[in-house]
Amino acid sequence: MANMISDETIAYVGILAKLELSGEEKERAKKDMEEMLDYMDQLNELDTSDTEPMSHAFFMQNVFRKDVVTNGDGSKDTLANAPEKKDGGIKAPKTIG
Amino acid sequence: MGKEYETVIGLEVHVELATKTKIFCGCTTAFGGATNAHTCPVCTGMPGSLPVLNQQVVEYAMAVGLALDCEITRDFKFDRKNYFYPDNPQNYQISQLYFPICRNGKIEIEAEDGQKKQIGIHEIHMEEDAGKLVHDEREDCSIIDFNRSGVPLIEIVSEPDMRTSEEVIAYLDKLRLIIQYLGASDCKLQEGSMRADVNLSVRRAGEKEYGTRTEMKNLNSFKAIARAIEHEANRQMDLLASGEAVIQETRRWDDARGCSYAMRSKEDAKDYRYFPDPDLVPVHISDAWIAEVKARQPEFRTEKIMRYQEEFGLPYYDAEILTGSKKLADFFESAVTVSQKPKKVSNWLMGETMRLLREQNMEADEIRFSPKHLAELIHLTDAGVINSTVAKEVFEEMFRNDVDPKQYVEEKGLMTVNDESALRGVVSQVIKENPKSVEDYRGGKEKAIGFLVGQTMKAMKGKANPESVHQMLKEFLAQ
Amino acid sequence: MSLTGFTALELGKKIKVREVSVKETAAAFLAAIRNRDQTTNSFITVDEEQVLKRAELVQTQIDNGSLCGPLAGVPMAVKDNICTKGIKTTCGSKMLDQFLPTYTAEAVRNLECAGAVLLGKTNMDEFAMGSTTEASYYGAARNPWNERHVTGGSSGGSCAAVAAEECPFSLGSDTGGSIRQPSSFCGVTGIKPTYGTVSRYGLIAYGSSLDQIGPIAKNVSDCAAVLEVISSWDQKDSTSIQRRDLDFTSALLDDVAGMKIGIPRDYFDDGLDAEVRAAVLEAADILKERGAQVEWFDLGLVKYAVPAYYVIACAEASSNLARFDGVKYGYRTGEYEGLHHMYKKSRSEGFGLEVKRRIMLGSFVLSSGYYDAYYLKALKTRTLLKQEFDKAFAIYDVILGPTAPSTAPALGSSLEDPMKMYLGDIYTVSVNLAGLPGISVPCGTDSKGLPIGMQLIGDCFQEKKIIRAAYAFEQSGTYRRSPLACGAIE
Repeated sequence: MANMISDETIAYVGILAKLELSGEEKERAKKDMEEMLDYMDQLNELDTSDTEPMSHAFFMQNVFRKDVVTNGDGSKDTLANAPEKKDGGIKAPKTIG
Repeated sequence: MGKEYETVIGLEVHVELATKTKIFCGCTTAFGGATNAHTCPVCTGMPGSLPVLNQQVVEYAMAVGLALDCEITRDFKFDRKNYFYPDNPQNYQISQLYFPICRNGKIEIEAEDGQKKQIGIHEIHMEEDAGKLVHDEREDCSIIDFNRSGVPLIEIVSEPDMRTSEEVIAYLDKLRLIIQYLGASDCKLQEGSMRADVNLSVRRAGEKEYGTRTEMKNLNSFKAIARAIEHEANRQMDLLASGEAVIQETRRWDDARGCSYAMRSKEDAKDYRYFPDPDLVPVHISDAWIAEVKARQPEFRTEKIMRYQEEFGLPYYDAEILTGSKKLADFFESAVTVSQKPKKVSNWLMGETMRLLREQNMEADEIRFSPKHLAELIHLTDAGVINSTVAKEVFEEMFRNDVDPKQYVEEKGLMTVNDESALRGVVSQVIKENPKSVEDYRGGKEKAIGFLVGQTMKAMKGKANPESVHQMLKEFLAQ
Repeated sequence: MSLTGFTALELGKKIKVREVSVKETAAAFLAAIRNRDQTTNSFITVDEEQVLKRAELVQTQIDNGSLCGPLAGVPMAVKDNICTKGIKTTCGSKMLDQFLPTYTAEAVRNLECAGAVLLGKTNMDEFAMGSTTEASYYGAARNPWNERHVTGGSSGGSCAAVAAEECPFSLGSDTGGSIRQPSSFCGVTGIKPTYGTVSRYGLIAYGSSLDQIGPIAKNVSDCAAVLEVISSWDQKDSTSIQRRDLDFTSALLDDVAGMKIGIPRDYFDDGLDAEVRAAVLEAADILKERGAQVEWFDLGLVKYAVPAYYVIACAEASSNLARFDGVKYGYRTGEYEGLHHMYKKSRSEGFGLEVKRRIMLGSFVLSSGYYDAYYLKALKTRTLLKQEFDKAFAIYDVILGPTAPSTAPALGSSLEDPMKMYLGDIYTVSVNLAGLPGISVPCGTDSKGLPIGMQLIGDCFQEKKIIRAAYAFEQSGTYRRSPLACGAIE
């Protein structure tokens, strides 16, 4: 197996993705990720040195909105699904300090 | 110690654009709405919502780029910057990494010694602003308001070309003025519509390589920027002098305490995993579009200074002051259009206006009275309806409450009295009551007449023309 | 014949001529759901009262002449990752178990404007990540042809509901085959339109550059009629395309004379089940008999589509699903110490295994040091794959092949080996990578009695060609059978 995923890598990806895996899940994730990356490494067989990347399904450009206000008071909808709210805002764990 | 080291500074300046709506949705950017009033599924990151680009954002960014001599990137995209924070509803910010809209520009600043210096602009990119987090003391939590989420920003990244806090302030001042002239933003540091992050490193004088830099955030005034720069430069020099290394990090300036601290967390990986946003399509800027934006560029300060001198015959100094803020220049020009008296308008602005602004600790942008009223006041004075002393009094009232000078003069009965017989009576009375001064004058002390003019004006409650009073006193005393 | 046995267009006609009322029709399907959904587990949410109320309203609009289209009064089901205002939209996830959208997706809105009556929201693999509809917080959906087998996925609920006659048509979403593959497994017809044809506004994103909403129905005509209604240029979706050729039902012509059909050799290698192979090639022969020019060709690069797809889809998903963090909506864990712990616990508890697996992988391939090697490489591979299709479509009107390498596997057999499951997407993912339209039509059953699907792929904007070919094939025989008629389900 070419790709070896270390505990550190799993922990690092966990920080990026905000996922906390149990010990067992971690082992499983390591194995799955190694397998998938090995599989994805097949792409290296292709010469793409002169190939442009394709980030969109096909070429389109210049889709704009006019700078005109179209929305009214959206506070009710914004709060509708909030797990916790206070004073018209969404309550979240403290962020400063 | 300072002489051995050189400070190297680059700035990342965020400017909130003056669009009516947010960058990717039709919510208003107006200040002051109730919490979360200016939100919709798009700017709150609701599942299934999609962004659509506000064309005006591109035009403002282009206008700023052109004004800063940038190259305009003809084909660009938006990229997602991925990081988790509660003010960032999607947990990614739509920004530009790979192809920023503008690159390679410059700003010319003037150093203290009058020397001109060019500061390079590395790039300008467009992005969305985050919401606001308010700390709730009682419940020890944060309350999120997404009203500012999705407000368009441009980030102007300079080259590390500045060496002193004075250069930094000169750069910011110039940048602010250009953007204000464009109408692309009001650029208020205190209100956060302009935000500057300072990248700073120090190196031994003469060295070619840059030192390790830090990024300083939370700088809310020019004064804070200057203080933070001094402080951070000293901190880094101390570290180097004692053989320690500077750590590359982001620091937060605490202006109240006059120091900064590192914003570090093991949960911040600083790995933003940028990739092209698949929800937005690329933008192509044609020659014609650039030409259109160019054609709409306003007259900038340098051109205005030239024109004020040539067209209105103002001295350079006055032209420079009057163009020091877009608002003041606009004010000047509209007052001139109404009154056709550029020099008098300039005098009022340079003299009384500046005096009162200083006295009340106000910026020129905060002027409340209208150019039309200033023109009216000039007209009243020129026509001899009021004298210059009264005019100053009316002006003060106008400055404070934007009263209509004509109406005010009428209501308060401040018109100059041109009734000669009434004036004759008062003058003869004054001469009668002040024999000493009369004697002095007749005895050769010409200055004594000044006192008599004053007394007459006082008796006339200021409503006489001082020149006529002076003339009449001379006639009476000659008899 | 029971009302539920009719196609959507047939029901629309009956309602129009007052043969049946909208309410009767809806009630018949609600009864079918009550009877059969315990077997198929196709639906996550059904609100009978609301359905009947809506049916009455639609009836009034039909009666007063304000609704007269072919789908007026016809019931439908919608995949649970498509937002419906005030109706729970869960994405098959604990994360959105209680989520009530505040707006309706454009595609659903278009159908509602045409008078369709929403019966409920259908089961799916969590966040559309899966090929079996086993990865649902609400339990696996089961195949109406054999309840011990999977429905396929991720639009398994939408396909099973049509097959079991719990609804006449439904909407699914297709990111890498999620409409076509379960359509094939359940013996129904499903179309994945050209990217940008149906607005994605309101579709909870998995892979934004690949996702499309599409119709699932009993036959090609229904699919064309539904596609005609849901396709629209939507200014709320920047990737939505302004098209003028949306009259898809005009392509329902039993005529393939002169049509050039290419069969990629690469789609018929060892990985393909022999019975599927035989059925699909037999279908090709039928089209040939009816006048199409059918020939084999080399598509090329086929084996690279799946790895490229998983890099791109997972990368986009890792970012798209970042918003589910327990702050603004969705599941928030009960106890936590501080912000980041809340994030991690909410997401770890709220997401299932497969979703976490793909988010981890997606975060990794975008992370510093790996972006070029994986993500950028995959985007370039995507360009090469697109070029292969361009070459093929310079010659052929339609590409014909199997939809999936096998028929529906037994429940539980895919979970242990995700790699094997991913490889099952080999014929479908490249269509999404290239933004092409594809249709899956039933073309037979295997010896276990499980349906086999044939896939027809068209060039961008050439839905009409695949609809015509599929329709002509459908007209040729009686491959479309109902699991009810066969006694597979009661």
